[in-house]
Amino acid sequence: MTTAEKIGADERLIQGFSKNKAQLPGSKRIASLREQAILDFQKLGLPGRKSEEYKYSNVQPLFKEEASLVNTNLPAANGFSIEQFQLPGLKENTAVLVNGVFSPAHSSLNKLPKGVIVCSLKEAFSKNEKLVEQHYSKYAQSGTDAFLALSTSFAGDGVFVYVPDNTIAEQAIHIISVVTGSTPSLIFPRNLFIIGKNSGVQIVESFAAHALSAKSICIAVTEVFVDENAKAQYYKLQEDSGSASLISATHARQERNSHFDTNTVTLSGEWIRNNLEIALEGENCETHLNGLFLTEGKQHVDNHTLVDHRKPHCQSNQLYKGILGDKSTGVFNGKIFVRPDAQKTNAYQSSRNILLSDDASINTKPQLEIYADDVKCSHGSTTGQLNEDAMFYLRSRGLSTDSARNLLLSAFANDVLETVRIKELKDHLDELVRKRLEK
Amino acid sequence: MLQIKNLHAGIEGKEILKGINLDVKAGEVHAIMGPNGSGKSTLSSVLAGKEEYEVSEGEVKFKGKDLLELSPEDRAREGLFLAFQYPVEIPGVSNINFLKTAINEIRAYRGQGPMDAKEFLAKVKEKQAFVEMTGNLANRSVNEGFSGGEKKRNEIFQLAMLEPVLAVLDETDSGLDIDALRIVANGVNKLRSKDRAFVVITHYQRLLDHIVPDVVHVLFDGKIVKSGGKELALELEKKGYDWIKKEAAIA
Repeated sequence: MTTAEKIGADERLIQGFSKNKAQLPGSKRIASLREQAILDFQKLGLPGRKSEEYKYSNVQPLFKEEASLVNTNLPAANGFSIEQFQLPGLKENTAVLVNGVFSPAHSSLNKLPKGVIVCSLKEAFSKNEKLVEQHYSKYAQSGTDAFLALSTSFAGDGVFVYVPDNTIAEQAIHIISVVTGSTPSLIFPRNLFIIGKNSGVQIVESFAAHALSAKSICIAVTEVFVDENAKAQYYKLQEDSGSASLISATHARQERNSHFDTNTVTLSGEWIRNNLEIALEGENCETHLNGLFLTEGKQHVDNHTLVDHRKPHCQSNQLYKGILGDKSTGVFNGKIFVRPDAQKTNAYQSSRNILLSDDASINTKPQLEIYADDVKCSHGSTTGQLNEDAMFYLRSRGLSTDSARNLLLSAFANDVLETVRIKELKDHLDELVRKRLEK
Repeated sequence: MLQIKNLHAGIEGKEILKGINLDVKAGEVHAIMGPNGSGKSTLSSVLAGKEEYEVSEGEVKFKGKDLLELSPEDRAREGLFLAFQYPVEIPGVSNINFLKTAINEIRAYRGQGPMDAKEFLAKVKEKQAFVEMTGNLANRSVNEGFSGGEKKRNEIFQLAMLEPVLAVLDETDSGLDIDALRIVANGVNKLRSKDRAFVVITHYQRLLDHIVPDVVHVLFDGKIVKSGGKELALELEKKGYDWIKKEAAIA
């Protein structure tokens, strides 16, 4: 009865929009984006088995049960301490979302340089209307993906970051997106980051769960605009609890001479899909896409990337690594477009995976579409077990099988972790990975 | 210290060792020489515990214990060390970190607490000098991008750090130029003591100019066909292995 269920879920969402739209925030223009987006969703529908983009990640079962839809109020169960999710050294600028809704009580934004705005998206809809309208829903277009369409329709809150021109934010901004609740819920945090000319910022976003006792689906969309000569780093740390599913999309636009680094580290969560799309809109841009995922049990982690080289002299570099155990499954799909204009492009992509059990599996697919002739592009993908010769060598020096294995896996993971430029975050990730590997 | 009795072993159903007998006492240096394919590397692999080798007959006693019953790590913890013919490159794992883990696991096995960080670093410094290693080499990933000579020096450095009671050197001289050979041999000589034994496996006599053995054995077709003093190595150097092969054929 797949067809019936599919129709059911789509219909439910569309009806949910009609019921909820009156309460959703934003100007008339935002409201008309929402209307357009729900039409887009109606056309696209939730991806089915035949969808090429979601071929190895079946989303249908996630939407089988009815879930309560987002609203713009904080959930009742919000009386917890945020400290458990904070990172040492990153406490000063913390923006907290609870079920996608900005929570001023948990947030503290004390060390922002002059002119820098970090606030709830809802607030920005009214206070920074012009800025929002200039960028919102421009990089993540609702007609291209069902989840972008749903996000644009439903999202009522999230974090808005604005760094004006010629401003360096010395302290990193930490967004903590907490999922909580005892009834199934569907939530839509939506972020917009605007980084001005010659500016710099580091943003860390953690996904975590607190007292979550029901299925939850989080559709999290972030748009990033990196203006000329700006440098931005965006780290995503996904450590959701077992019953949380996450569909997360980051859509970035880079202007000339800009530099953008992303790092997606996935340590837990039942079902995770990351879409990362970067458009290199100006010359001389540099972009780094790094990812690490450690899976166990029946976890599913899917990383889809797209780097769109639109202008000449840009460089992109991708390194994704996975360590998959038990019956977990993974997907890596990396697309690189090099448009006819984008001469002198350097684009590299590497996907490396270790399977720790016979039942774990990964599908990797590089997809290069090159329409310029003077470019350097390469891709590589490996999937295998731990190197037996290395294991024997270490054991022959007195290391137990477990510590030999941990040493090799840590080294494997470290290639990605060493690209993390915030020391406190790097230390935290090292510790999390070490603990995971020792399990 | 090491007693091998009638050892038969092979790989993938093919018998390579066909009844080895060997008795190594503390303080002794035994050289095992032999032509290619005689079973030299199989012997060292079986002693270290490589899983793909199967022992079909015989026994190996190490300090009175049944060596073949021990896992590779427990063999190391009991004090056995194999210097590999082809040391493995392990990108991302630092030499120092790896050695610290190894030393502490060996200590834990012996009921000792972890080595103090200061003591460990002092030891690294001291033992590096044994094999004329620079600080840089010790901080790099295990064997990654090392030259042939650097890899072998790193093996002897590890040997010096782990202080085993029995060290098996598997063709440590292969791929070494004269200078590297001298450095490696000097390192080994400094580690000789009345409590420590060495089994030096080699194809050529030249290493034995530097590491002078107490006993020389000739391995041929999976058996030790001749044993003698250090002059046997010189004789082999002069006459080659053909006469051994002929003798073995007659026997």
